Amino acid sequence: MTHMFETIAIPPGCVANVSRRFVMKGIVGSGALVIGASILPRPAMSAWSTGAGKMPGGTINDPHVYVAIDPSGLVTIITNRSEMGTGVRTSLPMIVADEMEADWSRVRVAQAPGDEKKYGNQDTDGSRSVRHWVEPMRQCGAAMRAMLEQAAATRWGVAVAEVRAENHKVVHLGSGNMLGYGELARAASALPTPSADSLKLKDPRNFRYIGTGSIPIVDLHDITTGKATYGIDAKIPGMKFAVIARPPVVGGKLVSFDATEALKVPGVEKVVEVRAWPWPSKFMPVGGVAVIARNTGCAIIGRDKLKVVWDNGPNAGYDSVAFRRQMEQTAANACKVVRNDGDAEGALKSAARVVTAQYYVPHLAHASMEPPTAVVNVFQGKPGTQCVAYAPTQSPGGCRDDLAKVLDIPVENVTVNVTLLGGGFGRKSKWDYVLEAALLSKATGAPIKVVWTREDDILHDFYHTVSVERIDAGVDASGKVIGWRHRSVAPTIKSTFQAGADYEAPFELGMGLVDNPFNIPNLRCENGRCEAHTRIGWFRSVSNIPHAFAVQSMVGEIAAALGRDPKDVLLELLGPDRIVDPRKSPDVADYWNYGDPFETYPIDTGRLRRVTEIAAEQAGWDKPLPKGEGLGIAVHRSFLTYVATVAHVAVDDKGTLRIPRVDTAIDCGFHVNPERIRSQIEGAAVMGLSLTKHGKITFKDGRPEQSNFDGFGVARIDDAPLDVRVHIVPANWDVPSSGVGEPGLPPFAPALCNAIFAATGKRIRSLPIGDQLKT
Amino acid sequence: MVTLKVNGQDHVYDGDTAVPLLWVIRDELGLTGTKFGCGKGLCGSCTVHLDGVAVRSCQMAVSEAGGKAIVTIEGLDPEGNHPVQRAWRETSAPQCGYCHAGQIMQAAALLAATPKPSDSDILTAMAGNICRCGCYQRIAEAVRLASTGV
Repeated sequence: MTHMFETIAIPPGCVANVSRRFVMKGIVGSGALVIGASILPRPAMSAWSTGAGKMPGGTINDPHVYVAIDPSGLVTIITNRSEMGTGVRTSLPMIVADEMEADWSRVRVAQAPGDEKKYGNQDTDGSRSVRHWVEPMRQCGAAMRAMLEQAAATRWGVAVAEVRAENHKVVHLGSGNMLGYGELARAASALPTPSADSLKLKDPRNFRYIGTGSIPIVDLHDITTGKATYGIDAKIPGMKFAVIARPPVVGGKLVSFDATEALKVPGVEKVVEVRAWPWPSKFMPVGGVAVIARNTGCAIIGRDKLKVVWDNGPNAGYDSVAFRRQMEQTAANACKVVRNDGDAEGALKSAARVVTAQYYVPHLAHASMEPPTAVVNVFQGKPGTQCVAYAPTQSPGGCRDDLAKVLDIPVENVTVNVTLLGGGFGRKSKWDYVLEAALLSKATGAPIKVVWTREDDILHDFYHTVSVERIDAGVDASGKVIGWRHRSVAPTIKSTFQAGADYEAPFELGMGLVDNPFNIPNLRCENGRCEAHTRIGWFRSVSNIPHAFAVQSMVGEIAAALGRDPKDVLLELLGPDRIVDPRKSPDVADYWNYGDPFETYPIDTGRLRRVTEIAAEQAGWDKPLPKGEGLGIAVHRSFLTYVATVAHVAVDDKGTLRIPRVDTAIDCGFHVNPERIRSQIEGAAVMGLSLTKHGKITFKDGRPEQSNFDGFGVARIDDAPLDVRVHIVPANWDVPSSGVGEPGLPPFAPALCNAIFAATGKRIRSLPIGDQLKT
Repeated sequence: MVTLKVNGQDHVYDGDTAVPLLWVIRDELGLTGTKFGCGKGLCGSCTVHLDGVAVRSCQMAVSEAGGKAIVTIEGLDPEGNHPVQRAWRETSAPQCGYCHAGQIMQAAALLAATPKPSDSDILTAMAGNICRCGCYQRIAEAVRLASTGV
């Protein structure tokens, strides 16, 4: 995540090195495989340019790093990305397997430990994994295939043009002779990686796995039998179990504690202070008091008996009710201009009518089902202090670097093993919980498993920001929108790294505010000053959530004001098919296009239009519905992907909301695993419902008022949409891959609230819906 | 001191018996298929069978479980081929998969008591199990499939 900061100094404690060049060591064989030419120069093979090279560690496409073939024929493919439910641990190796003509039933997937010098960038975030790695992984597979073919040709003494790799063996076309991959393993792995210009990628028509959706996730059986290992399941012999009492208010600190009663609890072995880093604490621990016991249950009972005195610090007055009022006042007045096309103020003055609305989205907690947890062993080894961690982390590279720093040992002495993640959603991009376990292991001399209880998780999260969005839209006498002013007020994620940061960063403004695609001549975006009083962090889809909620709800409001069909108004606002380039708009500074080149990933209103039309058509937009039912539509581009959603809702006379059906169209360019795209979109509808209907974190006296699933509500099976239909826009290799994990979420809330309006006439502007529909 | 009968095997736990069963299963017996989710009986991740009935192991002191037949996800079927497990794979139900052991145990208990549940039975029985990835559509499909034969 840290690379998102392109315009401010990289915060200490975060990885950011855009110019690393590495010498690689292979997994396939001996040190003889260290080859100078093993990074295939990208431009020669590049179909599209991406921002992957700017990520810490860049990309690596060398089969000597990623592929091992056993003499038995078993192929091991390493995945460098963390599995948190997107299916990436299956998808990336599948790309390699397909290109190298491996038989998937003879492929094993291995998880790379944190080592970005070796494996390239390992941050599983920003919906970037396939978009940045599909091409390097294709190249990796193609290179391995070429090496196998070369090895066979050499063995037979024939020209390499006479042989072809095919489903785990190489065939001599003239004689029909065959050699299995196992038989060729040793010779192939001794070859240098072929040069880039000699590689030939497969004709997509010959893909066996890519694009078929026929390969189940590699962990499916283990998940259904309880054998899958998440971070919370990792074991190190002799480990002890810890829970930590943390300062209840962000920026607060420990004054004193009395562990007498805690230590009397059977099973409690030690009570230890945890080092704190001052606010803003970045991804570092906030400190506190740890109770260490023979099992987590004893540790929790012990922690309840601690007597702790805290100094609550400068954020002790944080109050969500007062803060909302303050944000609304900010939004009522002129703010910092961050995009200014034409003369929006003039257009609003001259408009025949002005539609004004203000939207509110509260803080949200990630609440991944597996809370933050890690097992770490810090021990004296050779040479010196060693650290071995098992962690459900989205960022093993950054985690490893910070473990080395807090333990003051060389990074080479730190191993971060990546387990499965029981959900991530951005929370597990922050590695504070791994550092806690390391500090405790060092202090106690034992391997330590730290578990955050659900209360710890919800009370000490890096919350999704809270926001007020105000939009004024001016309509002329003919019903055309001529002016649009959007004010966004929200604490910035930057505040978690930089004291006093009080405006949205370019990466937040670029998520649905300044990249507004509408065909409105006078379009102005403003950003209000707003200080953070808690830790703000990336939450799946990030600022797209409030921005898309406001923009796409406003479309519905304009349609209602004009008495027009909302889909027609939406299509009219999207305007003719064209490229919208915010960099050309006045006052847009450091436009952030998800870290990728605009030339590869422009804002294409034709693609927005197409997904809108597909979703509407598939949903049967014009179909007659009974009273109390309605359809709502929203479209949004995020993470370089275009998604439109139509929600069908039914609201009964008591105000009970049902969602009989959802249709979502997604255009994410070239894609690898349509089956997992569908599951991501199905899940996005449920998470979308959670935040639209239930989710809120509110603060009183500096503390969250919710602490578990009784206060922080999430969707359950009996109120979730169970008929989510996903329509994936087909795409060839000439349409660059874009994100999937996040872009399904932003259109859901506005589509749902637009549908509620269609069904009931009630406009929801403040999330969550909660009891607003009750009659 | 309490003797726990888990997946047909006896285990002696000599620690504090006020501790929830969940933590003894996970941290003392090393059966980590059963998951921690909320600690308050709100999410169902820790669901196990106690004498054939689905219970939240985070809400039961280990002392209450002594002598009763406890089945965890590891013991649901020796080969991992309980109809619910097969239906789960058939529908590719999981995303991250973390809550799914609890979901599967809940579904298996439902089908043991009600072999042919209605859609409404399924939603009612499964409503206590939270999936933050939002796999509900496929969970409902998997339970239906398990009840009609995989």
